[in-house]
Formats: sequence, structure tokens, C-alpha cells
Amino acid sequence: MTQDSSTDQDLRRSEPSALSASESSHGLLEKRNYIRDVTNSKISLRDLSFYYGKFKALHDISMEIPDRKVTAFIGPSGCGKSTLLRVFNRMYDLYPGQRAEGDLILDGRNILGPGVDLNMLRARVGMVFQKPTPFPMSIYDNVAFGVRLYEKLRKSDLDDRIQWALQRAALWDEVKDKLKQSGGALSGGQQQRLCIARGIAVKPEVLLLDEPTSALDPISTSRIEELIYELKDDFTIAIVTHNMQQAARVSDYTAFMYLGELMEYDRTDVIFTNPDRKETEDYVTGRFG
Amino acid sequence: MAVPETQSSKHSRRGASGALADKAFKGVAFFFASMVLVVLAAIIVMLFKDAWPTFQTFGLDFFVSAKWDVVNDQYGALIPIVGTLVTSLIAILIGIPVSFGIALFISVMAPVWLKRPVGIAVELLAAVPSIIYGMWGLFYFAPWFSENLQPLLTDTLGELPLIGQFFQGPPIGVSLFTAGFILAIMIIPFIASVMRDMFDVVPKDLKESAYAMGSTTWEVIWTVILPYTKVGVIGGIMLGLGRALGETMAVTFVVGNAQELMAGLFYPGSTIASTLANEFNEADGLHMSSLIALGLILFMITFVVLAISKWFLLRLGHAQEGRSA
Repeated sequence: MTQDSSTDQDLRRSEPSALSASESSHGLLEKRNYIRDVTNSKISLRDLSFYYGKFKALHDISMEIPDRKVTAFIGPSGCGKSTLLRVFNRMYDLYPGQRAEGDLILDGRNILGPGVDLNMLRARVGMVFQKPTPFPMSIYDNVAFGVRLYEKLRKSDLDDRIQWALQRAALWDEVKDKLKQSGGALSGGQQQRLCIARGIAVKPEVLLLDEPTSALDPISTSRIEELIYELKDDFTIAIVTHNMQQAARVSDYTAFMYLGELMEYDRTDVIFTNPDRKETEDYVTGRFG
Repeated sequence: MAVPETQSSKHSRRGASGALADKAFKGVAFFFASMVLVVLAAIIVMLFKDAWPTFQTFGLDFFVSAKWDVVNDQYGALIPIVGTLVTSLIAILIGIPVSFGIALFISVMAPVWLKRPVGIAVELLAAVPSIIYGMWGLFYFAPWFSENLQPLLTDTLGELPLIGQFFQGPPIGVSLFTAGFILAIMIIPFIASVMRDMFDVVPKDLKESAYAMGSTTWEVIWTVILPYTKVGVIGGIMLGLGRALGETMAVTFVVGNAQELMAGLFYPGSTIASTLANEFNEADGLHMSSLIALGLILFMITFVVLAISKWFLLRLGHAQEGRSA
């Protein structure tokens, strides 16, 4: 971290003073990775590095992820975007040899520090995976899964919560008559919406989506994209996607990553129409990746 | 199969010989497959035929009579049947939780460097011949059991009302309980390795999803891994139960081989297999016929266990259909 040149850090670190900098400044080299209109940062990354054993997969990433917006992570395979997402809920803790350095600050608290209750963290930071992962139980129990872990609700309150989550996930109308059926009996797109319902039922603050539509058909994909757009009213969403059109459609901010580095991070329209870096432009225009 | 005639002669020649080989192979495979049914039928017919004199003499009483009197040529199968079921039940009751622990530890909790050694050790245990377990049980476990564990159990569980009588018996070490315990040790490696294989194939995404909901390891195991693998887990348990029911040598060493019906698990008893092993040498006439009738009963018990487990697995399979759709 410290051995990196200071210019390198300047490119990626956003400083508090820069958050309110004016739009016109974005041509300036030393500020090109700042998010100018972020006033409410939900998650701050400070010199975040990640290791698989000896291999350094993420290099000193610093960025601010705004509250109740959709932030997309794009980049070619192996660029570390999924790895980064798995730091947000410390999923990597399951695997010995994987470790993160630096700070990841959620609401002012460094969640990489000692004494963090992982289960409580994961209750606040939900995650939806690439492949739908309904649990081997009924639709109702799937959605109730996390709620039952953390809250003691009366039956009627739990019912309301299940209905609320399924409605938010745009699945209620399709499953309201078969809540007792196995979650595995749904179609792929329905299963993925079930997983989103399960994720939001615990009312997390942050929702991580790891290529949530890459295993789905186009119709299911567009339903989930609409859903993401609606969910950002309530949740801070970070989405990893291979699909650049998707990033352009659903996100407010886009981070372009390459070889474990954050190359450029800006408003989505800027990234896609007027990126600063040649690599970003090449990638979003499909010249490599 | 048939090759169109329009193809070149080279092709059709190869095709013809290939078709012939296919036919021959199909015939050979069918022959060996049908041998399974022939052998099965032959065994059943033999058992019925040789057991017939016993059923003729004692009728249905054979199944419920506790009298096994070689001197007076009076035979009843109740004691060996009860012994077989009781020892297997003890083995399963002890074996299931221990196997769960072993399999979960290897699959979910053990650090990477420990997974392989423990896994291989479990598989090696499964490969130990049963007579070794029998000798170890008779010479080491039974004396230790009679001096240490048995008095302890008699003083504690034996004092309880109702179930207390099960934990009574002479302190000689060889008993139904000892046999069940040795059986448990013998079937644990089987059940544990099947369970471990099952737990290992639970998709990583599924486990991570459960962790991502904020579950503890215990909650992940209980709410996701076990329901996902229950078919295989039950299959593994049935495999172990099948082995426990038919196990002969180890049980014969430690069960005590007494043809007496006692309520206490610490009394010596006998199982079907141990009775057969002990008495076949000097049996003839009705005695031999009764032993074969015992064999038939054991065959039926294992068949019923297998049928129940198949039915169970089928039902679970239907219930979970479309799980991976």
C-alpha cells in the first residue's frame, strides 16, 4: 500500500473535500475518479487490498459508495469485481487463506476490523448470487429464513413481512397461492426473484448482487432490472455485471475495474459517454474485455 | 442399428460387424444381469424348501416362541429375532449421531489440512475385517466395559423407573449391548463416509447463500445442508443398518450366545447370525431346518429394511423434484 506511488493513490482515493467539488472539475486529472455529487456515502473503501493466499487480487482500492443508489462494478473476467463484492459482507471469511487489508467503512464503522459480528453484518448486507439458490424448503420458509434468524415476529406480522418482501420482489402475484410449495419448483427467473425477496425480507441496508441475471432469460432479466431500479429507494445496491448495457440501464454510478485495480469510477452516464481513461472507453465500447 | 444400403461397402461392412458386436454384447450383458435374478430366486427357493419342515412342525409359533432347546428338538425364533433387532437398534442409535458429527466435521468444519487424514482414517476403519472388531471387542472392550461403563450405566440409567430394567445384568461384559456397541463402531465409517460425500456435494453457492443471510455454521447445517442431503443421508443410514443386521463374526464374539430372553441389555443374548454361526456345525434334521428358517427370517428382515428405505427415498425424491430445475 505505502510502497505505491502517491500519484497512483490520488487517482483512486476520494477525499471528503472532493465530494462536493463541482461538475466542471471532472476534466482535471487528479480528480477524475471522484464522485462529485456524493454527499451521503454509505460505504467507504480505503486502500482496500485482497489476497488469495499470496496472490494479490485487489490493489489498494479507495472509493465511496453512495446511500440508496445503484453502483455497478464492470470489467473483464478476473478483474476482481466479484472478489470486491465478497469483501462487503466478508463472505471470504469462510475460506482460510483469503484476507483483506485496508478499511471498509460501513456507516462509520470499519467492518474489516476486529470484533465485528459477522452474522449481524450479513443481516445488514444481503447478497444475491449468480445462480438462483433457493433453499430446500417452501417458498414461504425461504423468505422467512433470515427474518426468523433475527426477529421474533408474531405469525401475522411474519405473514405481512413475507408478503411485503415478495411484493417488493415482484413475485407475490405469481406465488401467493402456492407459498407452501417448494422454492425449487419455480422457474429460474422466479427463483432469482425469490432469492431477492429472501434478501430484502430482513430489511438489510445494503444489497449485493453478484451477476444476478447472467443465468436468466431476457424476460426474467428485464424484470429483475426493473426491480433493481425500484429497490434503490430503500436499499444501497452494489451490482456486479458482465453486461454493460445492464450497468448502463440500472446503475447511477459505475466502477470500471481491471486486473484488480479500480480504473475509473464516476456517474454511469459519464463512464459510458465521456470516460477519462482510454481503457474504460475501450471496454465500454466493446473493444476489449 | 441397420445401416442404410446407400453407404459405401466399407461403411456397411463395418456397420454390420458393429451391429453384430452390439447384439452379442447386449446378449452377454442380459445374461449376466439375469443371473442376479436366478441366484436370488435359487436362494429363496432353497431357504423355503429346507426351512419347510420347521414351519410344518411349529407353524407360526416358530416366530413367537422363545424356546430354543436343541436337546428336546424344540425351536422358536423369538430370541434371535429380538437380539438381531435390538443390537442393530443400539448400533443405529449410537452410530447416527456420531457419524453426523464425523461427517459434518470433515465436510464443513475441519481445516483443510485435516480433512484428508481424517477422511482416509474413516475409510480405513470401514476396511477393517469384522473378525478384528470381534476380537478387539471380546478381549479389550468387553472387560473394560464390564468394569467401568456397565457399573456406571447401572448406577445411573439403571435407577430410573421404567427404562431402568434395560440397564441391568451380570457384569461379564458380553451382552446385547456390547454387541450393539461394537456394531455401532463397525457401521459408523460406512454411514459417515456416505454422509460426508453427500455434504460435500451441496453446492457452494447454496451454502454461501445461507451464510450470506447471517446464519451461523450450525444454522447452515441444520436448515440447508441437512434438508438438501436428506435422501443420501437416509440411504447411508440404511446401508449401515443393513450391515448391522447381518453382521456375524464380530457379534458372535461379544453377544454371549445365550438363548434366553432377558429384559436387560447387559445380559448375554444372541442374534440370528450368531446363532447360525455357532450351531451350523453340529446341526441336522429339524435343528438344521430351524437354522435355515432363521436365515430366511434374516433375509426377510433385511429385505423389508431395504424396501422401506427405497420407498422412503422414492417419496423424498418426489417431494424434492424440481429442486434443481
